[in-house]
Amino acid sequence: MSVLNVNNIKKNFGKVEVLKGISFSLEKGEVISIIGSSGSGKTTLLRCLNFLETPDKGTITVDGKVIFDADNKKKMSDAEIRENRLNFGLVFQSFNLFPQYTVLKNLTLARELMEKNKKDGLSKQQITDEALELLERVGLADKKDSYPCQLSGGQQQRVAIARALSMKPAILCFDEPTSALDPELTGEVLKVIKELKESNTTMIIVTHEMGFAKNVSDKVIFMADGIIEEVGTPEEVFDNPKSEKTKHFFSKSFENI
Amino acid sequence: MGFWNVTLSLIGGLKYTCLIFALTLVLALPLGLVIAFGSMSKFKPLSYLIKTFVWIIRGVPLMLQVIIFFYVPGFLFGQPILTRFASVIAAFVINYACYFSEIYRGGIESISKGQYEAGQVLGMTKLQIFFKIILMQVVKRILPPIANEVITLVKDTALARVVMIVEIIQAAQNFAAYGLMWPLFYTAIFYLAFVGILTLLFGHIEKKFNYYKA
Repeated sequence: MSVLNVNNIKKNFGKVEVLKGISFSLEKGEVISIIGSSGSGKTTLLRCLNFLETPDKGTITVDGKVIFDADNKKKMSDAEIRENRLNFGLVFQSFNLFPQYTVLKNLTLARELMEKNKKDGLSKQQITDEALELLERVGLADKKDSYPCQLSGGQQQRVAIARALSMKPAILCFDEPTSALDPELTGEVLKVIKELKESNTTMIIVTHEMGFAKNVSDKVIFMADGIIEEVGTPEEVFDNPKSEKTKHFFSKSFENI
Repeated sequence: MGFWNVTLSLIGGLKYTCLIFALTLVLALPLGLVIAFGSMSKFKPLSYLIKTFVWIIRGVPLMLQVIIFFYVPGFLFGQPILTRFASVIAAFVINYACYFSEIYRGGIESISKGQYEAGQVLGMTKLQIFFKIILMQVVKRILPPIANEVITLVKDTALARVVMIVEIIQAAQNFAAYGLMWPLFYTAIFYLAFVGILTLLFGHIEKKFNYYKA
């Protein structure tokens, strides 16, 4: 059974149709890359999954449980939305770390607030230990007491990845995770994502890094004008694109090189 | 009229200066936050109402507002409702709360949407996001303009004398009736010392927030 089923998601901003009916599914441990030109709706799709935008139509199902149904949305309370969105983690293009807290506190803040409200929640020590483990995974254990402003962009993004993992999401989403980084810092972030794939993390990656998308993905979605223009394995989409729009996009992407 | 007599009288006036200053801050700082949330409300009628109110309060001289608070209830009801001192405090609190509210609003709106969204995707509630993430960043940003207002307040307290509160300037002016002008100039020393202490204090607080850049 698929861990995620997205069915016919539509989203308008005023009169602009940004998403015109998006459907796809994701298996556990699978990595999907979403590529496409700016304005094709990639980011909006991710934001819909994370409840930062509310789709106008469609359903989102995680592990067989419908967590969003546009025809039924009035019934959802704030608490339910919060619970449902925790199925997803989101790594932002601009990191969005909390500048006034140390790296460690960035990872533990939300978790501590959540566990405090549970009857037998984790202790602070357990949460800290888990956070340190995550920092170890992204190679930044020695930076636990630093503040975000003391880190490079690449390091900040790795902290942001660890922070997203701290809430144990079923699916980790990346919104152009390397677009704000120098080429030399991009590599260290992509390496972390690759390691996550090796440990079977289920991921959706919106990216402009074509080489990386081809390399890391099990499935590639090419979006254009709010629809999924083409979907398939990286080999299918990158090497033998069927759609004219996909071909055109790739010829544009590579013509300057 | 020796130097010590004058100094003692001015210190007597300084008590009112300090009292107006402290009461205004204690009441106006939180009230300003309430007004700020009102003017940022998504409920348009409330937001327009608050914005009109802020326009009126910021648009009319504080001295006139003090006079209005003291005299107008008397005209309307035949007797004053507030004492002299209470009408000064009421006018000052409302006036300063409006100025503070605009500083708060500017500070809150300057925090990037990404900070709210980062809290949201981590499952935090709106209140948790405001108090645990946003507030401290706002405080850091608004400290310089707040310090400005607080320093202005020190000197605005002199307006209380329009309803015959004997604050420090009025205390000095009382000597002018005896032909003594120097006590008036002498008050400057008190103001300078007061503002000097505040400047050091705010500098100290700003330094405390310097450990990170936003």
